Amino acid sequence: MKAATRKAIVQGVGFFMLRVAMALVLAVLFLFLYDIGKKGGGAISWEFLSQAPRKGMTEGGIFPAIVGTFLVTLITAVLSVPLGMCAAIYLNEYARQSRLTRLIRLSIRNLSGVPSIVYGLFGVILFVNILHFGTSILSAGLTLGLMTLPWTITASEEALKTVPNSYREGALALGATKWQAIRTNVLPYAVPGMLTGTVLGLARAAGETAPILFTGAAFYLPFLPKSLGDQFMALPYHLYIMATQHHAIQQVRPLAYGTALVLIALVLGMNMTAIILRYRLRRKQR
Amino acid sequence: MSSDRRPVKFKAENLDFFYGTTRALKNVTIECFDRKVTAIIGPSGCGKSTFIRTLNRMNDVIAGTRIGGRILLDGKDIHAPDVDVVELRRRVGMVFQKPNPFPKSIYDNIAYGLRINGMRDKRRIETVVEQSLRGAALWEEVKDRLDDNAFALSGGQQQRLCIARALAVEPEVILFDEPCSAIDPIATAKVEDLIETLKKRYTVVIVTHNMQQAARVSDYTAFMMLGELVEFDVTAKIFTNPANKLTEDYITGRFG
Repeated sequence: MKAATRKAIVQGVGFFMLRVAMALVLAVLFLFLYDIGKKGGGAISWEFLSQAPRKGMTEGGIFPAIVGTFLVTLITAVLSVPLGMCAAIYLNEYARQSRLTRLIRLSIRNLSGVPSIVYGLFGVILFVNILHFGTSILSAGLTLGLMTLPWTITASEEALKTVPNSYREGALALGATKWQAIRTNVLPYAVPGMLTGTVLGLARAAGETAPILFTGAAFYLPFLPKSLGDQFMALPYHLYIMATQHHAIQQVRPLAYGTALVLIALVLGMNMTAIILRYRLRRKQR
Repeated sequence: MSSDRRPVKFKAENLDFFYGTTRALKNVTIECFDRKVTAIIGPSGCGKSTFIRTLNRMNDVIAGTRIGGRILLDGKDIHAPDVDVVELRRRVGMVFQKPNPFPKSIYDNIAYGLRINGMRDKRRIETVVEQSLRGAALWEEVKDRLDDNAFALSGGQQQRLCIARALAVEPEVILFDEPCSAIDPIATAKVEDLIETLKKRYTVVIVTHNMQQAARVSDYTAFMMLGELVEFDVTAKIFTNPANKLTEDYITGRFG
């Protein structure tokens, strides 16, 4: 066989395998979405989205869980977004690259791999027991915030790294202070990437169960939280209960699928927001 | 050396520079005269870029570097504790090897330096932007599209934009770090013409590894090798009758 034909065949096989891998990933995703969409779609109605569960959660909706997830994600964002971005700016722009900063970076990477249940237990000890925030939206949000922080820092640092050094040097050479150079000639180009990474991290946090399990999420609450010190219902925990803990599991199956669908829609929605946000901000700079 | 009595703008005295333990400059002593063009030539890695970056303390931002000796600007040590490095860099502008326009409009690129230095008056900014673009011989080409992104300009235009950007903050010295190595010959000729004009108002130091360029644009030439200053003299002398054998070998193309 000629060498050229051989190379063409090898390349053809290679491309084919790559396509198969891609197709498999997409197939799993679509199968998953299709299944949940089909089984959960029927449960979705205005009533389901706007009312509280009734009759031992066998009827009614998931409104308190939507509100709870929204509020707890808000607290997560308030803690992890500014802190994460500032930490990334410090690490990437100000800190000298020494053994200490390498160690810090390594620790942050490792923290993003710590199982979420560990964060949950840590949150109980720190926020509930030591700081006496109670089992509340605040404690749960802060716990999720801690969990999201490594993610936010890493994503923000990567975004800062994509800004060419010539922007920094160019600004400094014109008599900008270091902070001026960063604020006016680095951050504007890094923020789209920072936000994208951050929103993806928040989307992940919104779907977490373990960190909120002991820190504030309630099995069932007949009323909406009135302050950040109250307990709350959350979509992922509600789903977990409806799917595994309920006394009439078969009966509430459609409601569980409906909850799953809403949760997935929420996470996908946040991811889409991140993509649109990045696209918009990038275009504004052109 | 054959020296005239011009005032000295920059003076490096026994300058050493280290990247970690690597010594990139060895005991360099050199004077750059006011409103003259001084060219630094030498083979790659000879320390010429390192040298020029010490003049506006641009090397400060690189971790693990150390400097020895002194650099005097108008007789004042630029490393003295009371010297504000931000103000130094405003006085000593720099044009980099690769054109580095910011991803902003042509107008905002020039206005950037004014704004960070605290100028708020829009009318005044407008005037300076035009002056600077004229000063960099770019005005006629861009006056109708000041709001276009600077990336839309050709490489040569981008480099002249960077020169205009440097001019806008009214420096006294302009450092050129191989300004033509990334642009075509016609654009190079324009930049060289520009340098000729600039020396009427500014002191110019240019690093180049194009010897013809040094011969064309400079009044004084320094030849460096392996971090050492081999020879420094008026350009005509260096290129016609160099005192050092190494200089002669380099400019006649025997190595480098």
